[in-house]
Amino acid sequence: MPAEIYLNVAASGLLTGLVYGLMALGLSVIFGVVRVVNFAHGEMMTVAMYLTLVLFGALQLDPLVLLVPIAAVLFVFGYLLQRALINPFINRPEHSQFMLLVAVALILVNLQLLVFGPDAKGIRTPYSFDSFQLGPLVVDASKVYAAGAALVVAAALFAFFRYTLIGKAIRACADNYEGARVVGLDVKRLYALTFGLGAACVGAAGAMLMAVIDVTPAIGPAYTLLAFVIVITGGLGSMPGALLGGLLIGVTEALGGVLFTPSAKSMFAFGLLVLVLLFRPQGILGRKTA
Amino acid sequence: MTQRINRRQFNKALAAAGAATALNPFSIVRAQAAKLKVGVLLPRSGVQAGIGQDCHRVVQITNGILGDLGLPGLDILNGDTESNVDVARSRAERLISEGAQLLVGAFDSGQTTAIAQVAEQRGIPLVINIAAAPPITEQGYKFVFRNFPTAPMILGDAFANQLEVFAASGVAPKTAVFMHVNDTFGVAMQKGFTGVMSKFTMPYKVVDTIAYDPAARDLSVEVAKAKASGAEALVLVSRLNDAMLLTRELVKQRWSPQAILSMGPGWYEDQYLKTLGKLADGPISFVPWYDPNKKLARRLEAAHAKAYPDINLNTNHIYTFEALLVAADAFKRAGSADPKALADAIRATDIKDNVSTGPGIQFNAKGQNDKLKNSAIQNRGGKLVVVAPKAASNARPELPIKPYDKR
Repeated sequence: MPAEIYLNVAASGLLTGLVYGLMALGLSVIFGVVRVVNFAHGEMMTVAMYLTLVLFGALQLDPLVLLVPIAAVLFVFGYLLQRALINPFINRPEHSQFMLLVAVALILVNLQLLVFGPDAKGIRTPYSFDSFQLGPLVVDASKVYAAGAALVVAAALFAFFRYTLIGKAIRACADNYEGARVVGLDVKRLYALTFGLGAACVGAAGAMLMAVIDVTPAIGPAYTLLAFVIVITGGLGSMPGALLGGLLIGVTEALGGVLFTPSAKSMFAFGLLVLVLLFRPQGILGRKTA
Repeated sequence: MTQRINRRQFNKALAAAGAATALNPFSIVRAQAAKLKVGVLLPRSGVQAGIGQDCHRVVQITNGILGDLGLPGLDILNGDTESNVDVARSRAERLISEGAQLLVGAFDSGQTTAIAQVAEQRGIPLVINIAAAPPITEQGYKFVFRNFPTAPMILGDAFANQLEVFAASGVAPKTAVFMHVNDTFGVAMQKGFTGVMSKFTMPYKVVDTIAYDPAARDLSVEVAKAKASGAEALVLVSRLNDAMLLTRELVKQRWSPQAILSMGPGWYEDQYLKTLGKLADGPISFVPWYDPNKKLARRLEAAHAKAYPDINLNTNHIYTFEALLVAADAFKRAGSADPKALADAIRATDIKDNVSTGPGIQFNAKGQNDKLKNSAIQNRGGKLVVVAPKAASNARPELPIKPYDKR
């Protein structure tokens, strides 16, 4: 097999991994601050994908443009979901939170089935069939744009947490819940903002993924699982870990498919997860907890 | 002037009225027998809903064509199998209870197997429209008939037609990569592929076999691997969604094989043609199809085009129509809706003026039409043309396919 295939496949895996990383970043942000595991994460992403589909059909705007309003809509959705539904469960046992979010996921999947049906739906942008050639390297234009947008959104999120007062306040909540309350921070509002930001991340990722893959309601649970694999590999609660996990999973799946058989490529992603859990249970960039 | 009725006239009138009343039940029987009650079982919801709805389209126009042929109309009772084997079984039971005198269905082999068991137990004839699993007609059933090729028949004809296509186009690829969807259908075809291929002298050697996940959302790795094999042709067993994903990847990865040869659904379907536009041109599908030169095929094509101008006539329509044609023809010859008489009449079917490729509709002792032939159809300008076998074709094959970057 020519060596260039490994280069091409690794590049494709890297680009896809960046978008996966952004999706998982949302999950990691929510868990890192609110300490709630969002089991409806993939389903929220399919909501964003269907929104992209509808808006693209109505306005004929590029998904990379649509990602801004869609991220905003998902932010509001996440904010309200946290305030209305999840907040009362914050201090309840984990299994209650788990069941609540699984129920939300099931409701979202069935609503999507009712409205859009089970068939795959996609969009066709002017660059849907384009690719860039650099010597032996041929890369999918849609993946390049989506990965670029993922990097921009991730950088904006990092900057928000590092340089804005609200970002610093959210980090304070994550570091010391009681301390944040003592200094007068409105923790409930900050939790809702964080959940909104996580949902916005997944909304942006959904809009970008729509340029790369088709959407069906059934892919939601698969992406929830994928997000878990990524954040556990990278380190649950670590933002750079989520991006790194996405890249690793993207490249591992791609190269595993070439070296072994493509139909079993997710086996390699789970193999990597098992290795991480065995040798570094907190994840590659995760912090050890007592 | 008033007319008085005498006793004799009154008695005659009374006798006439009595006779009319007494004979009335017979006229009811004749009215019931004028139309055969046919239970049509299709997966009209669930994962196969699109196909079930597609089959149903032709059910709605069949009575008009049967009338033109001088055949009795059919009273259709619809049953939705919900793409589920257990539901298919219970719907078959229910349709029989509701008075169905013959069943037609059900696209999927698993669902059809369940319906066949019910039909045999209840002694109601079943005419299968589409289902390729060989065991269905190997059980010794007396009430089950299939006018659709089995999987080995499909594979054998595919290789025979490929040879004809290569000879007619003057292009014979020397190497091929075989890609198949990793589900029950794809794996069954993959298992049969090597065995059946060895019976033919094919010009190409299979250099790599690539199985892929039926739920795959991205087939870039699979296509990269296929491209890296350096094969001249791509041989496929796929379904609709993956056919579209594969085409997108072929374009993006700038790989235009000499030939794309499909032995399954997907590549000729309307959604494929409409979604991909000019990028859909070129692939050749080896499928159970129709002979465009047959009189009835042209009649069905015209009626279908009138009712559904945006939808091409396809396998789903052809074989569902022929199943109903078999039912109407048998009912006419049997002169009765008695299940045994109907089954005997179906067994004696000999329809020469039909739609599908091959000499016509006849059933062997097992209830299988073993004379069916498959066709090779090529996508051209959003339409489908038949390129093999030559006797049932309306165009010559065009190979190599036009490179994607030159369209």
